[in-house]
Amino acid sequence: MSEVKKTIVVTRFDPDKDEVPKTQSYEIPVQDDWKVLEALNYIKDNVDPTLSHRWSCRMAVCGSCGMNVNGEPKLTCKDPISSYGDTIEVAPLANFPVVRDLVVELEGFMDKFKAVKPWIIAAKERAAEEGTHRQSPDELADFKSFSMCINCMLCYSACPVVSNEPDFLGPAALALGHRYNQDSRDEGADERNEIFRDEGGIFSCSYANECTEVCPKGVNPSGAIQQAKLNNVVDWAKSFVVPRRKSS
Amino acid sequence: MVDVTRHDVVIVGGGAAGLRAAIAVSEARPGISIALVSKVYPMRSHTVSAEGGAAAVARSDDTLEMHAYDTVKGSDFLGDQDVIQYFVEEAPKELTRLEHWGCPWSRNDDGTVATRAFGGMTTKRTWFATDKVGFHMLHTLFQTSMKYGDIERYDEHFVTKLLVDGGACRGVAALDMRTGQVKAVLGKAVILATGGGGKVWPFTTNGNIKTGDGMALAYREGIALKDMEFVQYHPTGLPGTGILITEATRGEGGYLLNSEGERFLTTRDYGVGTKAELGPRDMISRAIMQEIAAGRGIKIPGKIGEYAHLDLRHLGEEKIMARIPFVRELSRTYANVDPVHEPIPIRPVLHYMMGGVDTDIDGATEIDGLYAAGETACVSLNGANRLGSNSLTECLVFGARAGAHAVQYIAGSSGGEEGPLLRQAEDEAGRVEALRGQQGGGEKITKLRESMNDIMERGTGVYREQASMAKANTEIAELKGRYEQLSLDDPSKVFNTEIIAALELRNMIDVAESVALAALHRKESRGAHACPDFPTRNDGEYLHHSLVYYGPTGPRFDKKDVTLGVWEPEERKY
Repeated sequence: MSEVKKTIVVTRFDPDKDEVPKTQSYEIPVQDDWKVLEALNYIKDNVDPTLSHRWSCRMAVCGSCGMNVNGEPKLTCKDPISSYGDTIEVAPLANFPVVRDLVVELEGFMDKFKAVKPWIIAAKERAAEEGTHRQSPDELADFKSFSMCINCMLCYSACPVVSNEPDFLGPAALALGHRYNQDSRDEGADERNEIFRDEGGIFSCSYANECTEVCPKGVNPSGAIQQAKLNNVVDWAKSFVVPRRKSS
Repeated sequence: MVDVTRHDVVIVGGGAAGLRAAIAVSEARPGISIALVSKVYPMRSHTVSAEGGAAAVARSDDTLEMHAYDTVKGSDFLGDQDVIQYFVEEAPKELTRLEHWGCPWSRNDDGTVATRAFGGMTTKRTWFATDKVGFHMLHTLFQTSMKYGDIERYDEHFVTKLLVDGGACRGVAALDMRTGQVKAVLGKAVILATGGGGKVWPFTTNGNIKTGDGMALAYREGIALKDMEFVQYHPTGLPGTGILITEATRGEGGYLLNSEGERFLTTRDYGVGTKAELGPRDMISRAIMQEIAAGRGIKIPGKIGEYAHLDLRHLGEEKIMARIPFVRELSRTYANVDPVHEPIPIRPVLHYMMGGVDTDIDGATEIDGLYAAGETACVSLNGANRLGSNSLTECLVFGARAGAHAVQYIAGSSGGEEGPLLRQAEDEAGRVEALRGQQGGGEKITKLRESMNDIMERGTGVYREQASMAKANTEIAELKGRYEQLSLDDPSKVFNTEIIAALELRNMIDVAESVALAALHRKESRGAHACPDFPTRNDGEYLHHSLVYYGPTGPRFDKKDVTLGVWEPEERKY
């Protein structure tokens, strides 16, 4: 592997001593098959132990290491360093408060995540002895892609609505709620749709599609939101024809 | 004064075992107060990286007895047979519960849950959700846990000490990473579910957070770590990074090839018989190392070591995309290889620790009120070698059992005074503060970690020479001394990942110490512990569990009987 030097310009912020974020440049040797995360780890281990960033699995599944790289939200463990020039700017994800350096505040997201009731809602709980549900491969396909979200939050960083409307539930949470609505084992769509139709729900989405473009796992949150909108409009139209089902 | 919060049950770790335990506690006694303390947000837990599947009897051509026997034989007769019997009985119920909670298990055309073949298993009994099974199980458990209002999460809190008084564990001291403050999180029972410690070794499938924290916490309180010499090398990790390529690749029909393009598991005798690529992991990893030693390894420019090839080309793009799409994504992203068109270079990689905190079948430890489950624990399901796809199920079965037993335990526990616990937490806050202030000169985390990795790779690899194990013991003892001279650079209290790394390093060195000592004591070859100096199994002297106890002047070794049952030890040949 050939080794070259690159300059990594990292946004630094320590609320203990900084009023505002600043940047710090590190010129380091990089291998051409590295991901951006490996450059940050090199800095942490060999140059500056005070740099703070989150990471763990380094295989694009734990969702910890989302950051803005040259202004674009990226999962840094999947983002090849070879796709950038001699200087790479690494900043925390946009649209989140910064805790320190590249670490952002997740509590708001966790609240939104829980708000969509991301669990199976059923009128009657089955006992283990009753066995598994039958679910056809087609029924599985109705929601499977929406279950692939790793909660990396790149979509919140990219979403123009999130930046203007902080209460917007946002792409990942809405896609997750829709994932359960689409699951043949679930009976909670009425409950979730009420949340979806509320302020900050699906109708806040302007269909900019940025979320789907930046998603590292092909989840297509904007597609999920459009499907959910359609379901809700149909639901709403039906409510004039037949009495609405009571939610369980 | 440290901040104090009070709960009934404190669970440390938010992966599959911890979340399953939390749900079990809440279901056993609604309204009970649960603290779920994790150094990461639960969905980051390393369960997320498990790929291939979870084992439980599901098909009409399978039986509980067959699953039990496969597990006993896979363990090289060091698994406890009462534990294994309970495990196979509960396994289908637990995976069914996950199904009810929404886990997107892959399906057969008739809508039943699909199963695939896995190493050492007689028939197809591994449930799967393509090749992201850990990810889907973890997210299902985490999302489901949110509907239980009794669970209060302490995300990004690093537990530095168990609070033990009067022979009972009644809480933890936890460093809140956000503020840098140590808190006392008190409870009447504590369940450890922090996973294994793969980062003790340099080349591992494990994520950065796998630092043996729960093992070290229990060890330092005087609880034995059991069977620590048995560490699993998974046969197929990617060059350089060690990223896991699932055994499901072979379950779906993949081949292992040497540099001559030969399917060596079918042409040479490595003890796996007609199972070939579906032999157990210990044997396949040794076969690959022997092929490399015989000069039939594959060299990759710029990468350390030699490799074998994992060939999936004959499966075809459609099957690869339907069954193991993540393998394709990983191979392309991290090895620049498309398995549809090229074989994947792989080599054995440290993956899993069979050993852990010594528990009984209920997950209970030698300290009252302290439980452990999942990879952190050694309930003696896996013995000397774990079968692939048993560990995800283990997290559920024994996470649930530990949770249920913790609830029973606290019903009969009168608690005790808080004073001594709070004084321990105060001391711990002082110790953390002192560590943060340990600056200027001295030893550095990165150097010590590299030394530890190097010692453990040389001393406790796939093959273990007596001389190299003895040396590892001496060198780890020296490393402990060097750790005392550690110097940090980051004085900040806010999200200080350097001090976390320092605390993790201490945990890893303690775990390494126990592994090195247990390995040196076992002068035989059994399961994953392969000693060229003692190439055969020796039931006369070594059909026992290893115990390592912490001591201020060095670790102490002891042993414990294996619980046999219907199956007497026999030669392990497939």
